[in-house]
Amino acid sequence: MAKARLVGDRTSTMMVQAMERRSTDVRGRVFQVSLFVTLLLSLFILGVLVVDVVMDGWGIITGRPGGFLSGTIRSRSIDPKLGVHQALVGTFWIAVFVAVLAFPIGIGAAVWLEEYAPKNRFARFVELNIRNLAGVPSIVYGLLGLFLFVERLEGITGGKSIASAGVTLAILVLPIVIITAQEAIRAVPQGLKEGAYGVGATKWDMIRSQVLPYAAPGILTGTLLSMSRGIGEAAPLLLVGAVSGRLGSDAGFFDFGAITEQGFMAMPIIIVEWVQESGRDPGFAEAAAAAIVVLLVFVILMNATAILLRNYFENKRG
Amino acid sequence: MEAIAEKLRTDLMEKPAPVVAPPTVGLDLGQQAQPDAAAHTAEVVFEVENLDVYYGSFRAVQSATFTVYEHEITAMIGPSGCGKTSVLRCFNRMNDLIAGARVEGRLDFRNVPLYDARVDPVEVRRRIGMVFQKPNPFPKSIYDNIAFGPRVIGMAKRKTDLDDVVERSLKRAALWDEVKDRLKDSALGLSGGQQQRLCIARAIAVDPDVLLMDEPCSALDPIATTRIEDLMQEIKNDYTIVIVTHNMQQAARISDRTAFFTAQMNSETDQRSGLLVEYDRTEIIFSNPSDERTENYVTGRFG
Repeated sequence: MAKARLVGDRTSTMMVQAMERRSTDVRGRVFQVSLFVTLLLSLFILGVLVVDVVMDGWGIITGRPGGFLSGTIRSRSIDPKLGVHQALVGTFWIAVFVAVLAFPIGIGAAVWLEEYAPKNRFARFVELNIRNLAGVPSIVYGLLGLFLFVERLEGITGGKSIASAGVTLAILVLPIVIITAQEAIRAVPQGLKEGAYGVGATKWDMIRSQVLPYAAPGILTGTLLSMSRGIGEAAPLLLVGAVSGRLGSDAGFFDFGAITEQGFMAMPIIIVEWVQESGRDPGFAEAAAAAIVVLLVFVILMNATAILLRNYFENKRG
Repeated sequence: MEAIAEKLRTDLMEKPAPVVAPPTVGLDLGQQAQPDAAAHTAEVVFEVENLDVYYGSFRAVQSATFTVYEHEITAMIGPSGCGKTSVLRCFNRMNDLIAGARVEGRLDFRNVPLYDARVDPVEVRRRIGMVFQKPNPFPKSIYDNIAFGPRVIGMAKRKTDLDDVVERSLKRAALWDEVKDRLKDSALGLSGGQQQRLCIARAIAVDPDVLLMDEPCSALDPIATTRIEDLMQEIKNDYTIVIVTHNMQQAARISDRTAFFTAQMNSETDQRSGLLVEYDRTEIIFSNPSDERTENYVTGRFG
């Protein structure tokens, strides 16, 4: 039996026996074990992927890591100047665009929705739509970017440029930023807000001094995770002008003029391209694997930053 | 007397109030609002008359009428759902934070109608501080908890002034000796009783006129409760205190006046709403109440 039943066992010996029975909770055990299996399964799949990619790209990763990072797109895989530099620059700038555009706008919208929006039908409608937007396929955002930023706003963005791609991906992650920030803000205890109001704080004082600091770790984690998702997107970038093929220039990380130049590269695109090229030139398979490792490291570094910053803010929170 | 009321009126209201001829110029306010015949010279702080509190269409409190006097501790007692906390939260417009909350009737704070459209709730809360049921220190240092209020209202500009305010408030709340060596430590590391005294210190740091306390001891052990009660006795000479409590002994021990609320079923709407049954000096409420329901409650036969 799952549980020792004490009802009726009124004598002390029976009570002691019942309590010492130590029956095992079979269903509980099965549940616990199956949960653990699901965890192992997901870790196993991830592990296989990582090991496979690292093994495939091993030659480049160990042989010439520096050259691969500083090298550019080449037509032949054995070219010693083959590398991901252009793609890294593109992805770096896309990340900057996401951080500069999506974070403040998203956090601002979340603060308004949680703290200022009247709790009426309109606000609920807006929230529902934000949730829906978060589920829209990324290719749709690519079409939006193509129409709006590449064609209509060509004068500002320079057409099929890093700027167009950055703005498009910022919009792509915006709903996710809003939702995660909203959740972090909603978790701020009512007691803190009332405590602030209680000593004569205005709403602005309250938000600045209580809500935002308290919600900061959660907001930060959510936004940086959404950024990781954003820079891994390939589909929308294809539409807004990531070039497959050779790129004319090889701009540096802080070559601001290149942001609005026609044509750019990004990590997910170079991976797709090299995988395609590997049919013609099998050596590109190794380059693609190495590029995946570079992107993974990029994402891991970003998430590590998120965790460090979160811990810092949590410590500050007391 | 009128000068003080006039100053408050202009302070509390964002725009200057239109000139309303005071009905009784030069008359002592305490006398004019005297509900019982006994001679009482204390000044009126809150004048509550036929106050209804609604949450949406739900009437939580119906037509409460009573008066809170200066430098007294006024206790509100009654069973759960009787509306005592709702009334308390009207006193500093804290109910404004709840969507759909509204009041009807008269609620004057030193002759200023608190729910007048011109009254700024932020200024009201500065003057009418609040201590909550659950200690709610900010997740900041002890020092920053106390300094928060003075900072946001721009009370102490210089660091040394702020240090003085923090020290004075903590001393006033009988917490200084326990925390003076660790002002930079997180307030969350304090015990529950210390946290509640910190919240009292935080409330008095902005030099309020009134302290509202919503069951301040319900989360505390008896020793911490005694400390808070002693503290209330000490500071009531400087402030006016209104306390909501579930603990009748506490009301009997510390308060000068007691308002007994109960929940009453409304036969038309089929909803319970709070009702002020009796309001009088505490010794009368507990020894010789005029309402049977009060007597049943204070003798433990009900609730």
